[in-house]
Amino acid sequence: MSETAETRAEDPAGTGAGKISVRDLTIRYGDKVALSGASFDVYENEIFGIIGPAGSGKTSFLRALNRMSDMTPNMVIEGDIAIDGRPVRSWRNVYALRRRIGVVFPLPVGLPMTIYDNVALSPRLRGIKSKAKLDEIVERCLSRAALWDEVKDRLGSLGSLLSGGQQQRLTIARALSQDPEILLLDEFSIAVDPVTTMRIEDVLKELRSEMTIVLVTNLVQQARRLADRTAFFLTGELVEVADTEDLFTGNSKDPRTRDYVEGRFG
Amino acid sequence: MFEATELNLQNQRRERLFRTLFLAMTLLLILPVVVILAMLVYKGGPMISMDFLLTEPTNGMTAGGILPAFVGTIWLVVVALIASVPIGIAAALYLSEYAPDNWLTRAINLAVINLAGVPSIVHALFGVGAFVIFFRFGTSILAASLTLAVMALPVVIVSTREALQAVPQAFREACWSMGATRWQTIRKVVLPNSLSGILTGVILEVSRTAGETAPIMFTGAAFFLPFLPETVWDQTMALSLHLFVISTQVPEVPEALPYGVALVLISLVLSMNAVSIAFRVYLRGKKKW
Repeated sequence: MSETAETRAEDPAGTGAGKISVRDLTIRYGDKVALSGASFDVYENEIFGIIGPAGSGKTSFLRALNRMSDMTPNMVIEGDIAIDGRPVRSWRNVYALRRRIGVVFPLPVGLPMTIYDNVALSPRLRGIKSKAKLDEIVERCLSRAALWDEVKDRLGSLGSLLSGGQQQRLTIARALSQDPEILLLDEFSIAVDPVTTMRIEDVLKELRSEMTIVLVTNLVQQARRLADRTAFFLTGELVEVADTEDLFTGNSKDPRTRDYVEGRFG
Repeated sequence: MFEATELNLQNQRRERLFRTLFLAMTLLLILPVVVILAMLVYKGGPMISMDFLLTEPTNGMTAGGILPAFVGTIWLVVVALIASVPIGIAAALYLSEYAPDNWLTRAINLAVINLAGVPSIVHALFGVGAFVIFFRFGTSILAASLTLAVMALPVVIVSTREALQAVPQAFREACWSMGATRWQTIRKVVLPNSLSGILTGVILEVSRTAGETAPIMFTGAAFFLPFLPETVWDQTMALSLHLFVISTQVPEVPEALPYGVALVLISLVLSMNAVSIAFRVYLRGKKKW
């Protein structure tokens, strides 16, 4: 373990579990198994990378984490996912749970409302009505997502008509407007140009000090650039979790991980 | 080097043939509409005057105007809309946004489709049994409009559901994942972006409702009643039934009179459609993704 990862990996509560703890997690869609028997921890204020080829259960894990599984027919969750030691399935008020978890999707989703309303939506859903307060949130979140300078003069235009890269940053601003403790990014760079990708990566590095970030990516090098620790999922199996540096310096325990990060398949 | 082969030429000829064929079919399709409208304007046009619209029928309905029928049709359509639009939209919202995909939902969907296929005369008999007799509404605007509403419900439900389904699922997922309830998602994202599609359904309903004859014949529309209705408990004349009556039941009606009535009826429907279409165009220009 590297020095920084070790300090970050420390668990303040001393319960032996991280911010997110996953135990024997199996996810099925009807008879089809998407993820089987995964156990790992995500620690507070780290960027936790999840890599693996398509269909390896990465997105399914994210949907189980914020209980979007409830909205998906046939999706069955077995085992436990806990946030701060509390199983997500025990949340009666699933909306409050989701509010604590920001999500960024693979394809940018600018909602068909103004840029301002996109970012003010979540605060408004929480009942914030004060114009001054909303203005402050919108400016802060757009700035943090590195979009403010480009859109500050046209906050009233449609968020869904921005370019792909701008929409993805808008999505991040919207996620930040939830004041999330956890930020989930699902292959956020898939429809974004390389320059914007680098800008978003810089944003994520800054956000790390404030929240726990789970970064699902199909770009192995992106995990290497950003993640403190990385998990490798392969066809529904958690192959291993290790410090990112170890995975990329040939110290992985499983030969399949080495083959994947070195680009021999996937 | 790039000379056309026999096969190329054959494909080009076929391309022209099918293009012409499909164009001809399309023109054939609009031909009846054009002919009907032209006939009505030509034969009924001279009848149209303020007097025709604003006076009662006289001389055993062989002369005079159509005011009671005109006002009656508006009453019937408006009351039917008030009854069916809220119910239809609520049902469509449930089916599209809430209903799990199980046997009950599928049964309801099947029922909606079948309801749309029920002949209007059967709806009329249902209306007599349910509204006129069972609920004791008597033959009244209320009974007739409710019968029309039941008949129009499937149109509203199906078109509203399609409008809702046209809103991308990704918008819903984005909303849900930030902690919005289904209702918040509907109110903030789904409804505002499906309004123009829902309006289309209402347009269709207006057209259908205004023109129906059978469902109102036994439930609230009167053969001859030269007074304007004052409440929903009154009977009323209606344009569609009036047209039927003067075309088939009354002797010695001048030829132009039925054409005049038909022209008014179709103008009423078309002008309502025009207003809704203008509104749709306006909304569509505002919202985009």
